[in-house]
Amino acid sequence: MNLILFTFIVLLGFTSYYFGRKKAYTIQSTKKRLTALPQFYGYYLAIWCAIPAFIIFSLWAIFEPTIVKLLILSDYSNQGYLDDELNLIYEKTKALSRGQFTGEITPFIEASAEKYLSLRSIAQSSKVVIVLSAIIASVAYAYKRISSNSRTREPVEKFLNAVLFTASLAAILTTVGIVFSLIFQTIDFFKVIPLFDFVFGTHWYPAKAFVRDSSEALDPTMYSDTFGAVPIFAGTFFIAFIAMCVAIPIGLMSGIYLAEYASYKVRQYAKPLIEILAGIPTVVYGFFAALTVGPFLKELGTSMGLEVSAESALAAGGVMGIMIIPFISSLSDDVITSVPQSLRDGSYAMGATKSETIKRVIFPAALPGIVGSILLGVSRAIGETMIVVMASGLAANLTLNPLESTSTITAQIVVILIGDQAFGDPKTQAAFALGMSLFLVTLCLNIVALRVVKKYREKYE
Amino acid sequence: MKKNGVKMIKIKAKDVDVFYGKKQALFNISLDIEENQVTALIGPSGCGKSTFLRCLNRMNDVIDICSVKGEILINDFNINDKGCDVVRLREKIGMVFQKPNPFPKTLYENVSYGPTIHGIAQSKQEMDEIVETSLKKAALWEEVKDRLHEPGTGLSGGQQQRLCIARAISVRPEVILMDEPCSALDPIATAQIEELIDELKKEHTIIIVTHSMAQAARVSQNTGFFHLGQLIEHGSTDKIFKNPDNKKTQDYITGRFG
Repeated sequence: MNLILFTFIVLLGFTSYYFGRKKAYTIQSTKKRLTALPQFYGYYLAIWCAIPAFIIFSLWAIFEPTIVKLLILSDYSNQGYLDDELNLIYEKTKALSRGQFTGEITPFIEASAEKYLSLRSIAQSSKVVIVLSAIIASVAYAYKRISSNSRTREPVEKFLNAVLFTASLAAILTTVGIVFSLIFQTIDFFKVIPLFDFVFGTHWYPAKAFVRDSSEALDPTMYSDTFGAVPIFAGTFFIAFIAMCVAIPIGLMSGIYLAEYASYKVRQYAKPLIEILAGIPTVVYGFFAALTVGPFLKELGTSMGLEVSAESALAAGGVMGIMIIPFISSLSDDVITSVPQSLRDGSYAMGATKSETIKRVIFPAALPGIVGSILLGVSRAIGETMIVVMASGLAANLTLNPLESTSTITAQIVVILIGDQAFGDPKTQAAFALGMSLFLVTLCLNIVALRVVKKYREKYE
Repeated sequence: MKKNGVKMIKIKAKDVDVFYGKKQALFNISLDIEENQVTALIGPSGCGKSTFLRCLNRMNDVIDICSVKGEILINDFNINDKGCDVVRLREKIGMVFQKPNPFPKTLYENVSYGPTIHGIAQSKQEMDEIVETSLKKAALWEEVKDRLHEPGTGLSGGQQQRLCIARAISVRPEVILMDEPCSALDPIATAQIEELIDELKKEHTIIIVTHSMAQAARVSQNTGFFHLGQLIEHGSTDKIFKNPDNKKTQDYITGRFG
């Protein structure tokens, strides 16, 4: 029903556009000059069609359920029901009206369900009537109003402005919402686990915090030595560090090669090939790390008399580094290419060789962009999940030995949230606390990145 | 400059052809450049004068599709020979570009760039001296001596161009090539640069490409007129401007085409 109504309104919108433009043409044919192009007259009418429809639809969506509920439950007032019980009755009524109710049907509820259905159909048909009449009224009003010297361009532009503003507002509000949900859960978590234990504790065994009933959940003594985040923070930065050790040199050098040395033909083929590397899903990298690189390193280590875990930080970090190479290479290639040719000419004309020119002129000029691309790589490394879950182990060891297994923030969030979990359980909330810290870390990283880039910009522009 | 009444030839171009891919840009150019004189290359846009200029320090090497044929003798040595070391060549032949292109470094680093890569200065003190003399010769020292460690890109257009000249002369080149060095500058900055060119010719041979007839007449002793990739006429500036042999030259100079 709603879909048909919606289609109809869209059709109405097109029709009003057509009529608005037609009226504009008619005015034009009387040799009068219009204040805007004819299509603006059309858009103007279409907007007058869309706005009332949108307002009424939203009001309906907000108020209809509440009003229907009030009307249904008014039958049960003065009978001494509690609020919870009334809610239950209402849910039963709705379920019955959909034919999904399986329990015992009382005559009361049956009557309510019938009433519910009739209310809904009244609401639906009145909505149709109100929406359509509102649209027709507003379009007719606007149609009468437009004349040769009425302003249509400005309202249309303003409307577009408002639409674009709403879109960006939606993006911002979503982010704010996510951050707030993180904050509240995190606060709840720290009510049970002291912040100090979380930040400085060196033991992370969330499995220990398995809760049987809710009275147990609030007993802080059972969580001592359970949620110490030092090992997983250390693991996160350690693996990110290994990844950057692989990605920065290889990525930068291949970027420089592509931008400065590669012939046109090589560049034409090599650049898309490297970008394909960026398109490989991280899961694929994950099993590459877990099934190929990990066992290979273990065998290699064993043959050299070293003890290597099959799930080592080195395997995960190394593969993650390979994953990040295309980002750094492609971005630094772009920034290096965008350094003006006049600087290269200036340097060559002084008798500098290619490598001197790159080292002394091009690299410094491209540095802000290169630093930006590296920091982007770092935040990807810190946020990367799949590779570490699959290849670096899930036990949070506090170690700086790349041959042992370690775990990261993201991997632990996965571990905690896989399977059944109860809301309000510190174990679940720990995931939010970890998410919050991850968010803070990447936020700081981005702020630092922006400041660094800005500082170099000032120096080099 | 004449030594014992004989003109000293610094650069001798013989039958130079330049191709961009299959398109020929210069046809059979033969031109002698006198030492310690200013030679102006004039001609309408796209006539090949900049291309010729870039042949003289092999800057056309940078362009993949460009090929140069013929002989260019500098101090009787053919720079198009395989044995020619481009790095040494460009140390001897400096260049100043149309648009000021200071490096994104400090003023000091801009001027010390050449001496550093060629290993000219033995000590910090020596480098300081080179930077100071180069900036003084480029008539920029007084304006910038207190801010040598600020970025070179913060200067005005005219100052930037003089910085580029200081950079070019820091390695004491024998020849300075200038590719429309004043086209991005205002008249005052242009006058300063022209004055500078006059000063520089005492120690350097200068070849300047320019679109301004008046500038060519003011700064140069010799002039070459290019048209459609050919050298139509060359000789002393006086003669070219007052009494050219070729009708085309006369038309161009009097502004009838170009």
